[in-house]
Amino acid sequence: MADSVLIALRLISDADPALWAIIARSVAVSALACALASAAGLWLGAWLGVARFTGRTAVLAVLGTLLAVPSVVVGLLVYLLLSRSGPLGHLGWLFSFKAMVIAQALLVLPVVVALTRQTIEDAHTAHGEQLQAMGAGVLWRSLILAWDERYALLMVLITAFGRAISEVGAVMVVGGNIDGFTRVMTTAIALETSKGDLPLALALGAVLLLIVLLLNAAVAGLKAWRERVEAQTL
Amino acid sequence: MSIINIQAADVWFGRVQALQGVSLQVQRGECVALVGANGSGKSTLLRLAYGLVPPTQGSVALQAQVGQVQCAFVFQRPFVLRASVLTNVALPAWLRGASWAQAKLRAMQALGQVDLQALATRQARTLSGGQQQRLTFARALIAHPDVLLLDEPTASLAPEAKRDVEALIAQCTQRGMTVLFASHNLGQVKRLASRVVQIEAGRVVANLPTAEFFAPNASTDLRAEL
Repeated sequence: MADSVLIALRLISDADPALWAIIARSVAVSALACALASAAGLWLGAWLGVARFTGRTAVLAVLGTLLAVPSVVVGLLVYLLLSRSGPLGHLGWLFSFKAMVIAQALLVLPVVVALTRQTIEDAHTAHGEQLQAMGAGVLWRSLILAWDERYALLMVLITAFGRAISEVGAVMVVGGNIDGFTRVMTTAIALETSKGDLPLALALGAVLLLIVLLLNAAVAGLKAWRERVEAQTL
Repeated sequence: MSIINIQAADVWFGRVQALQGVSLQVQRGECVALVGANGSGKSTLLRLAYGLVPPTQGSVALQAQVGQVQCAFVFQRPFVLRASVLTNVALPAWLRGASWAQAKLRAMQALGQVDLQALATRQARTLSGGQQQRLTFARALIAHPDVLLLDEPTASLAPEAKRDVEALIAQCTQRGMTVLFASHNLGQVKRLASRVVQIEAGRVVANLPTAEFFAPNASTDLRAEL
């Protein structure tokens, strides 16, 4: 066990190419997935936070349910879409980098929409009437409040990235964990542990923990900075 | 003809009745104060007049709503965006169709009216409470309103800032604007209003010229209440 830890530390400190390739791929997949999810999710969440329409409660209930969908189920759905006999089978994306990005994007989309919706709805409850009195309709109120709550929404994106980079089920199903091609940190940890190759699994686990720790520190730091600035200015 | 004409308006929020058969007429150029206890319906009446709250029953005929006059609303707690003072003031003009350059020009003029021109490039959230309220006045004045609706505009301000805002309201009245404002401050009501409307539990219980309202033999028991 101690030997495994020492080898793991050496892998990290020696910048082992195989290790860093996996880390880089993981970060790239999750960052792209978050970019895609936020491109759609921030708008949708902001609009849902302001708009009032028949069936909104049902939409929010579905959104809440989607938050709890296991990542393997998302992986399975994307697998069915991209498999040769599926509706998008002709793209040939199954077991590819793109498939993993799509799966993670779908996985974090409800997270981005739900957290954005809550943030904007709270702001709208407090200030929506004043924006309405300025002449802003639903769309402009959504956009103005999203801009005004940009630091809170940055935290939403960091949270979504944390969810994406730490999931294993979806990327395993649609990526296939192919060495040098679709192997990411979480799938590599699962595989190496099952093979009994603990040093690489431990090294990847340590880096993954460090990334999640840095993300949490970023969220906490951002929150503290915002609170300090708000206290000084209000 | 009244610039604001509310006839037998009821407003319900779910199962709570906020206004009951309220009728109110405000003539052009008047400065009317709405007084009453917390939760009596003053803010709801202002929101009803502006069109932010629809009447459940009855009618609201505000000339501004049919485009004959401009109307602006100033809230008790000013909301300022995380942006410069100039952007905060220019935004409503831009939202109503002015180009951004034109909106900024008009915003500078409006800031001049409230003596905030020198702070135009400052971040709005770094302003004091009184300055933020003056900013919201500039935001209202940018539309060159004929009617100004003010919901307790000095309630959360320090005495000096209160005086500044009162002076602004007096200036607006002098320029011929119609002002309808809610206030708990009877001294302020006495100084600014030409007429006082007292609301209790969603009903108008007194509607008198200011001098009559504050006369020693006035029938209303509002002063005792407050």
